[in-house]
Amino acid sequence: MKEITMVQAICDGLRLALESDSRVLILGEDVGKNGGVFRATDGLWEKFGDERVIDTPLAESGIVGTSIGLTVNGFRPIAEVQFMGFIYPAVEQIVSHAARLRTRTQGAYPASLVVRIPYGGGIRAPELHCDSTESLFVHVPGLKVVTPSTPREAKGLLLAAVQDPDPVLFLEPMQLYRSIKEEVPEGWFEIPIGQARKVLDGEDITLISWGTMVPVAEKAAREWEKKGVFCDLIDLRSLSPLDEETIIASAKKTGRVVIVHEAPRTLGLGAELTALINEHAFLYLEAPVARVTGYDVPVPMFALEDDFRPDVQRVSESIRQVVSF
Amino acid sequence: MIEQLRRDCIRHLSPDGTLTETGKEIWNRLDRDRKKNFFQWMTLVRHFDRRMILLQRQGRIGTYAPLEGQEAAQVGSALALQRKDWIFPSYREHGVAMIAGMPLSQILLYWMGRVEGCKAPEGVRIFPPSVPIATQIPHAVGAAWGFKLKKEDGVAVAYFGDGATSEGDFHEACNFAGVFQVPVILFCQNNGYAISVPFSRQSASKTVAEKAKSYDFPGIRVDGNDVLAVYDVMLQAIERARARKGPTLIEAVTYRKGPHTTADDATRYRPQAEVNEWVHQKDPLLRYTRLLKNEGLLTGKEEKEWEQTCKEKLDLAIIEAEKFPPAPPEHLFAHVYGNLPSNERKQRQELVQKRDRV
Ligand SMILES: Cc1ncc(C[n+]2csc(CCOP(=O)(O)OP(=O)(O)O)c2C)c(N)n1
Repeated sequence: MKEITMVQAICDGLRLALESDSRVLILGEDVGKNGGVFRATDGLWEKFGDERVIDTPLAESGIVGTSIGLTVNGFRPIAEVQFMGFIYPAVEQIVSHAARLRTRTQGAYPASLVVRIPYGGGIRAPELHCDSTESLFVHVPGLKVVTPSTPREAKGLLLAAVQDPDPVLFLEPMQLYRSIKEEVPEGWFEIPIGQARKVLDGEDITLISWGTMVPVAEKAAREWEKKGVFCDLIDLRSLSPLDEETIIASAKKTGRVVIVHEAPRTLGLGAELTALINEHAFLYLEAPVARVTGYDVPVPMFALEDDFRPDVQRVSESIRQVVSF
Repeated sequence: MIEQLRRDCIRHLSPDGTLTETGKEIWNRLDRDRKKNFFQWMTLVRHFDRRMILLQRQGRIGTYAPLEGQEAAQVGSALALQRKDWIFPSYREHGVAMIAGMPLSQILLYWMGRVEGCKAPEGVRIFPPSVPIATQIPHAVGAAWGFKLKKEDGVAVAYFGDGATSEGDFHEACNFAGVFQVPVILFCQNNGYAISVPFSRQSASKTVAEKAKSYDFPGIRVDGNDVLAVYDVMLQAIERARARKGPTLIEAVTYRKGPHTTADDATRYRPQAEVNEWVHQKDPLLRYTRLLKNEGLLTGKEEKEWEQTCKEKLDLAIIEAEKFPPAPPEHLFAHVYGNLPSNERKQRQELVQKRDRV
C-alpha cells in the first residue's frame, strides 16, 4: 500500500468511480483541464475525456440543478462546488430539489448524486473561502452529509457516497488535504455512511468531532493521556445520518462529553448531539455536555482565524472543566 | 452615440501607439493633466501589483489576485467616475479602488487577512471586494435605483469578470436594471478566462456585450487595453445614465498577464503563444506610454521619476499597513451587531479570558 495525501486519495477514488461505472460524470468549475483548484481531479480529464470530466460554466445552481436532471436520465454525477463559501447559489437546488425528489416522486426519481465541497479554515485562504456550514445541510431531511478526516477515510467514504442511492454532500476539510499521509488500499473499498469511527478508546471522557477538528481533538486527548485521563475520541464521519448508537454508548460509558466543531456555536451540530445525549444518556452524565466551537461571529479573515477556530488549548481546557466538574 | 455593436470592438489607440481618426478627436478634447493621469495611475497600479506578488512570496500577505494587463480597463473606467458615484468591485479591482480613494494601505491590509482593509474612508463610495462571483452586480443595480428614486444624477458601477456572466445574479441584475431603467453601468473585464475556463466554454454567446440585447439596453465592446477607448466609452455610458437613459453593459476585452491568483498555475491551461502575444504586443501601459512619448508629453526621465514616486508611495503604504496595530482576538465581535447581544458578550468574555491565560 502506498502512503498518500487526502487529496490524492480523493482523486484515486474519483478515478475508480469513473472506471467502474460509465454512468459516473464529474462536473464543476476548473475540474477538467486544470485538474481542480486543489488538484483533486488531477489527470482525470486527460484520462476520461471532456464528456465525463466536465468544466462547467461558473454557476453553482446550474451545476447542481443539471446534475439532478442527469441523475434521472441515466447518469451518476459527482459535482464539485469549489468552496463551501460558494455553495449558496446552489442551496435552492439542494434543499428544494435534491433533498426532496425521492419523497415528491414517492421513490420513483431519487436524486442519486454526490456534491463534493472543500470546507473549513486553516489554510489562510482569502475572505469567504473558509465556511463550515455543515449544519445548514444536516438540518435538511433527505440529504446525507459526510466528512472524512484522513486519506483512507476520504477514499472509502467517497466510494460509499458514489454508491449511495441518496444525495450525499461530501465535505472535504481543506486543511487536511495535504497535511497527513497515510496508507490507503489501492482498490475499491467503502466505509459505510452512518458509522462513526473510534479514533481513541478511553474510559474517562468522550470527545466527539469531525473533519478538520479531529486532529485538534486528538492532540488534546494525547496531552490528557499523559496525565492519566483517557479519552474516547469519536470521529463522526457521517454527520447525517448520525451514528447514534456509538455516541450514546460512549456517553453512557464515560459520563462526560466534550464536542468540538469549527462552525459557530449556535445551532452547530454540537447542539443536536447534546440534545441526543440528554435524551438517551442523561442519567449517566457526571457533567453537562460541553462544546468547543467557533464563536457566533462571521468566519473571520485569516488574521484572526486562529482565534476563531477551536485549538488544542481550548479543547484541553474544556476537558479539564468537564473532568473536574 | 452608443449603439448596439455586436462583435466589433471599439479601439482608438493601436498597440503601436498610434491614434485612429476618432482617437485624435478624443485626444484633442483631453487636457494635459488627464493625459498624464492615465499614465500615472496605470504605472502606480502596475507597481502595486508587482510589489504585492513579491510580498506574497515573502509571506507578508496572503493569496493575492494579480491584475497586471488589466490596468487600462480599470484606470480608464474609474477615472471617468465622480466622487458621488457608487462602485461595487470584485476582488481584482485594486486599481479601481485606489482611484476611488481607497488608501493603498487599506488595500494592503485586506490582503493581509485584515477585515479592517474592507472599510472605505468617509465619503469613499466603494464596497469591499466581493469574493462570491457576481453577487455585487445586484448591489450596483440597487444603488443606482436609489439614485433614480431620489432623483439624483449619480451612477453606480459593478465590476465583474467574464465568468460572472454565467451566474444567476448577473442575469437577475441585468433584468432589474432593464425593467427599472436604473443609472447603472455593468462593467465586465473580459480577461478571457475564469480561472482555467476560457470564455468560449463559459458562454455560447460570442461576446459579453451582446447579452445586453436580451435586456434591451446597450452592450458595448471595447478594447480593454486601450485606456482612451475605455475612458471614452465609460464617459458616454455615464452621461447616458445621468441623463436617465438607463443602463449600459460594457465589455472591456483584456487579459490577465499572470495567474488567477498567486495560488494558481496558469501554464496548465493557457497556451504560451497566446500569453506572449498579450504580454509583448498588446500591453496597455506600453501602448499608452508610446503615445505620450510620441506626443512629447513624457520623457524617459519623467517616466523614471514617476516610477520612483510610485515605489516611494508603495514603501510608505507597506510600512503603514505593517505597523497597523494587530487586532486583539475579541475584535472578532467588534462589528457583528449594532449592539452586541448578551449571549455574544459572554462568548467574547470567554475569548478574553483565554487570551489572558496565554
Ligand atoms: C460563487 C462563486 N463560485 C466560485 C468561486 C471561485 N472562483 C473565484 S474566482 C473564479 C473565476 C472568476 O472568473 P471571472 O468572473 O472571469 O473573473 P476573473 O477572476 O477572471 O477576474 C472562481 C470560479 C467564487 N469566488 N464564487
